[in-house]
Amino acid sequence: MTRFIPLREAILAGAIFALLMMIATRFAGFVAPSNLANVFNDTAPLIILALGQMVVILTRCIDLSVAANLALTGMAVAMINVAMPGLPIPVILAIAITLGAIMGAINGILVWKLAIPPIVVTLGTMTIFRGIIFLISDGKWVNAHEMSPAFTGFARTVLLGLPVLSWIAILTVVIFGIMMARTPFGRSIFAVGGNPHAAVYTGINVGKTQFWAFVVSGALAGLTGYLWVARYAVAYVDIAGGFELEVVAACVIGGISIAGGIGSVGGAVLGALFLGVVKNALPVVNISPFWQLAISGSAILIAVAFNARSGRTKGRIILKSAETAQ
Amino acid sequence: MTDTVQTRHVPDRLQGRAARLLKSWEALLLGVAIAIFVINSFASPYFLSAWNLSDATFNFTEKAMIAFAMALLIISGEIDLSVASIIALASTAMGLAVQHGAGTPELVVIGLTVGLLCGAFNGFFVTVLGLPSIVVTIGTMSLFRGISYIILGDDAFRGYPASFAWFGQGYIYWVFTVEMLFFVVIALVYGVLLHKTNFGRAVYAIGNNPTGALFSGIRVARVKFILFLLTGVMSGIAAICLTSRLGSTRPSIATGMELEVVTMVVLGGVNILGGSGTIPGVVIAAFVMGLVTFGFGLLNVPGIVMSIFIGLLLIGVIALPRLWAMVAARRKS
Repeated sequence: MTRFIPLREAILAGAIFALLMMIATRFAGFVAPSNLANVFNDTAPLIILALGQMVVILTRCIDLSVAANLALTGMAVAMINVAMPGLPIPVILAIAITLGAIMGAINGILVWKLAIPPIVVTLGTMTIFRGIIFLISDGKWVNAHEMSPAFTGFARTVLLGLPVLSWIAILTVVIFGIMMARTPFGRSIFAVGGNPHAAVYTGINVGKTQFWAFVVSGALAGLTGYLWVARYAVAYVDIAGGFELEVVAACVIGGISIAGGIGSVGGAVLGALFLGVVKNALPVVNISPFWQLAISGSAILIAVAFNARSGRTKGRIILKSAETAQ
Repeated sequence: MTDTVQTRHVPDRLQGRAARLLKSWEALLLGVAIAIFVINSFASPYFLSAWNLSDATFNFTEKAMIAFAMALLIISGEIDLSVASIIALASTAMGLAVQHGAGTPELVVIGLTVGLLCGAFNGFFVTVLGLPSIVVTIGTMSLFRGISYIILGDDAFRGYPASFAWFGQGYIYWVFTVEMLFFVVIALVYGVLLHKTNFGRAVYAIGNNPTGALFSGIRVARVKFILFLLTGVMSGIAAICLTSRLGSTRPSIATGMELEVVTMVVLGGVNILGGSGTIPGVVIAAFVMGLVTFGFGLLNVPGIVMSIFIGLLLIGVIALPRLWAMVAARRKS
């Protein structure tokens, strides 16, 4: 089983590399290090959210409310900044993460305590969160000139050649790499998704693990909410509209099985990078950005068909007798 | 018939008082519909007018057409989140045909065909390749609408023939619209299909136990494929009505409608996990949602605030019976 996962990631990494080479033949400047850094920075929010979504999908759930969570947190911190421009950035960060985590916890409680299917819960909270943005903002925009320079500057400050936004994404990847492989929480997430019944017998509370997965996803959405609003220096009701689909697409492309239990941090990151490269390459190779939606849709379908195929061969090895009985 | 199926599927802790509550779901819903009607007629003096009520039906007729097919799909244990995107694609195809001089009959054929093909596309991935319908239809949700964006960009198609307006703007008699006629006919067809035919029995059987259904001789994959086709065709019909009513096509047409359709189905008492639900329940749910949106509209509540209400409704409808069961269980012990 461990042999399959690196293989899949190698294929994806190869696909990204081939894609970059193809673009380079049309427009060499695209693969210049400075431009690749720009592409990475542009993809950073997607990477952060894909990691949160990965944790949720691994536990056999799905979180469709991440983009709405992001937008609501972004609007909330932007309005806090307008009301109290002196508030230091660490406090803003703490508020954003807490707000996001609370929204994630609402999803988690409904899934854990009331056993409502996650897709229904998060479809519902997705519209509720978006609606609340309209209620608190009255449908108005918070524009760049209303925000304090420190608030918008934080995400763009360059440290050691990369903006803070990129560094936060890298830090998140490192933390998740350690968390998923080296902590009891990370292992229990795989256990819950891989086989919930077995997880119960090993003393893992399945519902509670799913709850914490939603809290993690929500907290990251909140964090990204602040970074997003700071980077684009604007907050309104529809920011990141439909972004949840891109996040799920990144995970599916990255080889995270929607049936839970299978997936890796590297896969999620590569899936996000693949979409990021495609998105940034479209204008360079003179394709209308309107192609983006159809491309990510096709990528989901191809990836899920591909994943199911490799998963099926694995099932056959374990359950040979059951397979022939069918 | 539904009673036996429901009691078999309801988990142990929902027995007793909660089970009885679930059984009378349609009755409860009807009470809610009447209450909303009465509240609305007091809240706004414009509510109780035949023409206003006739206009109000446009809030739900198109969604309900899809909801009937979606109800069968959800009862069988699958879901289709791409319905709103099928509307966008079908509408774009019709708009494209108009630019090449198509008349009303051609437009109808094109709308239905695109819906059918989209349904077949979903059905192929789910039943032939055996992939989970949630992921497949999240993918096609982007793909179908994505194709509309590729064709239209930020442009719009207009110039539909005058006779095409009949579907979305026409009246059969006095205040009774063409869409109402479609709604009633489609509701009857699906009611008979689900509750009076072998096919309907098979849908319930598959939702309760797919393996058991397979061993009792039901062609599970074929039934599911047909259900995806039906959902696609219904989205095509809804696309014809919506395009005819709006008179133009943008790629953002019907955005978010899949949520309202699923909410309508779940509100109608269909178990989101499959296995139980009725068409009369969905009919009443359609009226409840239509009356609520219309009532809010008369009181000048903006659309996005109504969507909060729909989100709360979706979660509340599933959460309340479960909370009730938990309270009842705690009281017993």
